[in-house]
Amino acid sequence: MKRLIRLRVNGEPVETAVPANRTLLELLRDDLGLTGAKEGCGEGDCGACTVLLDGLPVSSCLVLALQAEGREVLTVEGLAQDGQLDLLQQAFVEEGGVQCGFCTPGMLLAAKSLLDAKPNPSEAEIRAAISGNLCRCTGYQKIVESVRRAADLRRAARRGP
Amino acid sequence: MKRDFQVLGGRAPRVDAGDKVTGQALYAADLKRPGMLFGALAHSPVAHARIVGVNADRARSLPGVKAVLLGADVPQVRFGVSPARYDETVLALDRVRYAGDEVAAVAAVDPDTALAAAGLVEVEYEELPAVLDASAALLPGAPQIHDMYPGNICAEVHQEFGDVAQARAQAEVVRRDVFTSKMQSGAFLEPQCALAEFDHAGRLTLWSATQTPHYVQRTLAMVLGLPEHRVRVVMPRVGGGFGPKASASSMEIATCLLARATGKPVKTLFSREQVFLHGRGRHQFRHEMETGIRRDGTLVFLEHRAILDGGAFASFGIATVYYAGSLLAGPYRLPNMKYDGWRVVTNKPACGAQRGHGAVHARALFEQQLDLLAEEIGMDPFELRLKNVMQAGDVTCNELNMSSLGMRECLEAVRSDCGWDEKRRQGRRPGRGIGMACGFFVSGAGYPIYRSRTPHCTVRVRLDENGGGVQVLSGAAEIGQGSDTMLATITAEALGIPLDHVTVRSGDTDLALDLGAYSSRTTLMTGSAAKEAAESVLRQIQEALARATGEPAGDFSFVRGLLHLRGLPHCVEAIRAEFQKERRGYSGLPAEGPLTFREASRFAFLERGLITGAGQYRPPPLGGGFKGAAVGTSPAYGCSAQVAEVEVDLETGQVKVLRITGAHDCGQAVNRTQVEGQMHGSMSMGLGEALTEQVLFDARGRILNPNFSDYKIPTALDAPELRALIVDSHEPNGPFGAKEVGEGGIMPTIPAVLNAIRDATGAVIDELPATPERVLAAIRKLGRHGPAR
Ligand code: FES
Ligand code: FES
Repeated sequence: MKRLIRLRVNGEPVETAVPANRTLLELLRDDLGLTGAKEGCGEGDCGACTVLLDGLPVSSCLVLALQAEGREVLTVEGLAQDGQLDLLQQAFVEEGGVQCGFCTPGMLLAAKSLLDAKPNPSEAEIRAAISGNLCRCTGYQKIVESVRRAADLRRAARRGP
Repeated sequence: MKRDFQVLGGRAPRVDAGDKVTGQALYAADLKRPGMLFGALAHSPVAHARIVGVNADRARSLPGVKAVLLGADVPQVRFGVSPARYDETVLALDRVRYAGDEVAAVAAVDPDTALAAAGLVEVEYEELPAVLDASAALLPGAPQIHDMYPGNICAEVHQEFGDVAQARAQAEVVRRDVFTSKMQSGAFLEPQCALAEFDHAGRLTLWSATQTPHYVQRTLAMVLGLPEHRVRVVMPRVGGGFGPKASASSMEIATCLLARATGKPVKTLFSREQVFLHGRGRHQFRHEMETGIRRDGTLVFLEHRAILDGGAFASFGIATVYYAGSLLAGPYRLPNMKYDGWRVVTNKPACGAQRGHGAVHARALFEQQLDLLAEEIGMDPFELRLKNVMQAGDVTCNELNMSSLGMRECLEAVRSDCGWDEKRRQGRRPGRGIGMACGFFVSGAGYPIYRSRTPHCTVRVRLDENGGGVQVLSGAAEIGQGSDTMLATITAEALGIPLDHVTVRSGDTDLALDLGAYSSRTTLMTGSAAKEAAESVLRQIQEALARATGEPAGDFSFVRGLLHLRGLPHCVEAIRAEFQKERRGYSGLPAEGPLTFREASRFAFLERGLITGAGQYRPPPLGGGFKGAAVGTSPAYGCSAQVAEVEVDLETGQVKVLRITGAHDCGQAVNRTQVEGQMHGSMSMGLGEALTEQVLFDARGRILNPNFSDYKIPTALDAPELRALIVDSHEPNGPFGAKEVGEGGIMPTIPAVLNAIRDATGAVIDELPATPERVLAAIRKLGRHGPAR
């Protein structure tokens, strides 16, 4: 039995029929072709599937697609605007916050949610915000530095030239 | 030797970073092919059994199922890593050897149906007694796991260099210690995934999350009975490997067989549990070492026995057991070394190669012993190391040649950066500790896995016919370590052009030969081949310009993409005019100033036709004449020193690592940001192995913690501040002086942490990981017997 749901994904309206047991991750990856969100465990342990649901990070492998009905989903594909990397993405690129890249989409969204709420987080706050997102490659050092740098870039951008 | 480089040694962003931050980068699980089916495997639930009956009727009759393959349906060709130890088959035929052994493969229209069908395959097992640890496997009368391994011994090593018996008589202080560990997982974030497709000419393409496309290609060719050229293996983006993805798996082969059986593309994706079942991570070790020094700190001898529990198959095990011994011969002068190692099979998932390979836990014990010996003679741990450290040009007792070695510089760098002398002067504070250790590692294995005089890699650099673009075509395996960026950087440097002129295509057996990402080989080996290929391209451009102008070819070079010309640039005008004439209607064409690489390379094409450069790399013959001398040889060695600072809760045994400071000699750094990233990753993995990571089994050999909530790798809250200091040296055998950084950085981490724990508590930890229970037990033991010595 499928049900029709409506939601917004990366700002665009989406209307689709999903079976009750379909996860949000499956909806995004398999139905909508948004493969940016990754599956590292499928059990809520790794954070590779993190997307923002109404601005808050969720493990989309644990969320049913039905639960996204009427809500706003942001995936990594929705971060860049008009072909321009946003400041977080730019900071990850420049600071070396990316290695294999498998954790990166989830990291970016967890970090975005933090910076949207807290423009000038401490290192401890950054670490806490990404503590549900495992990374095996970087030891987190350059990820933390990337988020730090993104915070600086964002505040500089807000102040204007 | 300092050189001025244009792009090398800088901090340019990775060439793949943009795609990875936007979600554009495609990994195996992201790929789709028209008409694609989904594969699933059925695994044995028991550790050791004879298969007495198989019935796939229910699985076959499930709607949506397109193929079910059992052991009898697949080629009975044995495969594995070392040809002398081929002991795996795609699917078990009459015997399963661990809980997880593959017994059936299914293809269906969607993943759920495939999984359901795999669950419907009925296998009747007659259980056999299982052997779950190495010491039990070695007992007389133990159940035998493979006919080819009598006594369950898959490989053994017996080596002696110098004269240990005589040296023992000269040693003034001797320690004997035993150290054990548990099986560990690579815990890369991306589970293995493979997608196979045959085209209508019968040619197979496999897209796979592998780190060795070449070896996978060979294995597929061998098992499927195809010539290699009819098998193409392609790596999409790969989400980490660290060793366990360095060999062909039953899953990959079964996926190809399903594609052949159904005539459709088939994709199989591992669950996280299957990642654990497939294993191939760190072996479980038992090391026993006796080490002797003189009272002045001079290292005299090491006698070492190791038993490796390798699980059900050989995998990389022969190399592992050799590495566990041979890589203790440096970075200290050690004239007398005896090593006996046994690699044993048990009814558990196979262990293989994992970052640092066999050398990591051996190093963990040896460096602890050095600390304890230093303490016994009242010497600072740094001083003891500095007293014995090797330098460039030294050769170890087992004939490993340290063509460059900044070990002393690494020691000095971390010592001053972390304020060691100051902190040690403050004396011991209960619960606070600081510890150090060193290590070294190969920059590529001296020999391929199969016996051959093959080059280890080939690279082509191809000039775009239109001018300006440069394509690097390589088989190198980019698994996140940054090899594509390394290839782009070396090529750009050799040509004298900016990075953005270079495009790298890699990880595809159609493009070039490359043994893959293991033994930290890619920068030195594939980098050397890329440099050779790029230099050939440069020569061809120079010759074209020389012929046209009458100037000597050597007078032309590029700096940041602009032609540098000794003498008068009288040729420039004509070349530029022709370039512009070809491009009527274009904007932004170079108009004045020196000739650009774009114009010059277009001109060279017009003069000479297609310009490509070929490069390849084959190490010179390395190593001594003794048995096993090949393992551990390398054209170069990287080395590192680290200091760990910890806090130990003396009530609970909980260890918190506050900071790790590491220095690594990677030769000439190709990209400093990436070098630091590799060092950080090594330290973090070492930290997990030191404190939390262990694959646990129940009494019947089933994994108790095949998931990330119970198998704990460090999170951002566990990882401490990681400081990475790059020690540049010049490696004569490396491209532009570069050598490894991918694995060597993990060597010192575990012993540095354990030495710090001992500094904080007085207790010696003799088993990994140092969980709170083990730390507490060690502290309690101390209470009973006084401080460990
Ligand atoms: S895939 Fe969702 S948390 Fe790991
Ligand atoms: S970059 Fe590989 S897991 Fe984070």
